[in-house]
Amino acid sequence: MAANTNSDVPKLTFEKAIEELESIVKRLEEGKVPLEESVAIYERGEALKRRCEELLRQAEARVEKITLDAGGKPTGTSPLDVA
Amino acid sequence: MAMNEPRLNLIELTVSELSASLKRTVEDAFGHVRVRGELGNVKYHSSGHVYLDLKDDKASLAGVIWRGSAGRIRLKLEAGLEVVVTGRLTTYPGQSKYQIVIETLEPAGLGALMALVEERKKKLTAEGLFDPSRKQLLPFLPTVIGVITSPTGAVIRDILHRLADRFPRRVLVWPVRVQGEGSAEQIAAAIHGFNALDVQGPIPRPDLLIVARGGGSLEDLWSFNEEIVVRAAADSMIPLISAVGHETDVTLIDFAADVRAPTPTAAAEMAVPVRTELLVRIDSLARRTLASWQRSHEARRTELRAATRALPSADALFALARQRLDHATARLPRALIANTQTDRVRFSRIAGRIEPRLLGAQVERRRERLSNVARLLASALKTYRDARLTGIARHRERVTAFGERALRAICGLIDNRDLRTERAGQLLMAFSYRGVLERGFALVRDRDGTPLRRAAAIQAGQGLEIEFADGRARATADGAPALTPPPRRRGGSGGQGSLFDP
Repeated sequence: MAANTNSDVPKLTFEKAIEELESIVKRLEEGKVPLEESVAIYERGEALKRRCEELLRQAEARVEKITLDAGGKPTGTSPLDVA
Repeated sequence: MAMNEPRLNLIELTVSELSASLKRTVEDAFGHVRVRGELGNVKYHSSGHVYLDLKDDKASLAGVIWRGSAGRIRLKLEAGLEVVVTGRLTTYPGQSKYQIVIETLEPAGLGALMALVEERKKKLTAEGLFDPSRKQLLPFLPTVIGVITSPTGAVIRDILHRLADRFPRRVLVWPVRVQGEGSAEQIAAAIHGFNALDVQGPIPRPDLLIVARGGGSLEDLWSFNEEIVVRAAADSMIPLISAVGHETDVTLIDFAADVRAPTPTAAAEMAVPVRTELLVRIDSLARRTLASWQRSHEARRTELRAATRALPSADALFALARQRLDHATARLPRALIANTQTDRVRFSRIAGRIEPRLLGAQVERRRERLSNVARLLASALKTYRDARLTGIARHRERVTAFGERALRAICGLIDNRDLRTERAGQLLMAFSYRGVLERGFALVRDRDGTPLRRAAAIQAGQGLEIEFADGRARATADGAPALTPPPRRRGGSGGQGSLFDP
């Protein structure tokens, strides 16, 4: 069941994921969550945390320059070295 | 001839000679001049030369900027701009014209340019290009950032360094000239170009744009005041940050951008969050999740333990009941015996009293009551019979008296009836048709014996039977009856006649 309800997590944006994670933390801290739900939302919290970390890990610093044809249309990219 | 003499003193020149002389004179005298005037009639020729007029309120001077010089001018020239130019005067002998060949051109003070910017800003504001409602929110964490700037220089370096410090992202740089001729067109084309990219295409479409340029003079930044650039920025569907010049430099693109950054570095800061801060935040959230979850479990466990302690053991719960059961079980056999004994005592006490003598006394008592009743019955019967016999004798006498009276009444009644019958018979005779026959009338019947009451019922040749008082005679109708018209009105004779028509 938990796996099903968390299937959307890998598609969430960082903003949505962290927002939901925060609301889960808040609910858990308030301590009013029924036992079964607390397990479910804890698992979801874990999934959201993994999603956030994954998004944060994807820190690629690729820098490319658009190459243009004679008409000024982009044809592709080439690495840009600004050093 | 005298008239001609002074003329002869003058050297006769050809038109070309004069024009050449004039050209030399003008060029010598005005080889380097500085002129202030308002631009008018500006024409960019495809050859790259620019033709224009310099004017003030009274005079106009034709001017030309050759291609080489035009490339160095950072402003896009347009009519109405107040400028100061340097150059040399020359003539154009073919058309008897003179013009200034402009080498440098500057706006006549900042005021002139500022006025132009103000005017343009007013116009675009009126169009709604700068409306706050058009502003888009920047994405929290863009995946691809498009940067429109010069690919060389400090600006792109600053942006990339700051991005790398905060949150390295994929960056696409669209190289453009940021000043000079064609720069505005290139910048506008780059904004449109990024917007036109397909999200799924080989070059990913950025989800954030930065248009950047380092600091410079108002003229250096002029491209970012150009309408084409401002419109492109306003139309961008991708959120756009403008970062042109230093903090104090404001260009029109800043009003059209979704966010204005004071510097290129600041634009990078607005573009991405700080990764390490986010990591710390996520980590803290994760720790809090676990901690609060564990806490809530611990609390539940404690509660459970407390509840467990409070719960009495099953033994204790049943002990009392079991004790009662034990007691009852122990008492049961004794109680049964005691109960039986009690019953037996009661039984023997009663059983001892049951004897035949007891029964005999009962029978004797009842027999006595029976013979008493029988005696009473016999005397009652006798009394009843005497009373009935007396009643019957009395009734018999009354019946005999009634019988005599009835006989008498009947005889009287019969005599009376005989008289009335005779009288009625005579009356009947008088009223019978036979009485009528006696008086001489006859009754006509048909052969079937049915009486005929009207002549109309008789047909010619029909057999008739005529009854008289003394007997009957047969007859045959001779022809149709002659009818006596009825005494009551009954239509014309035609109606009557029609009765006999077959």
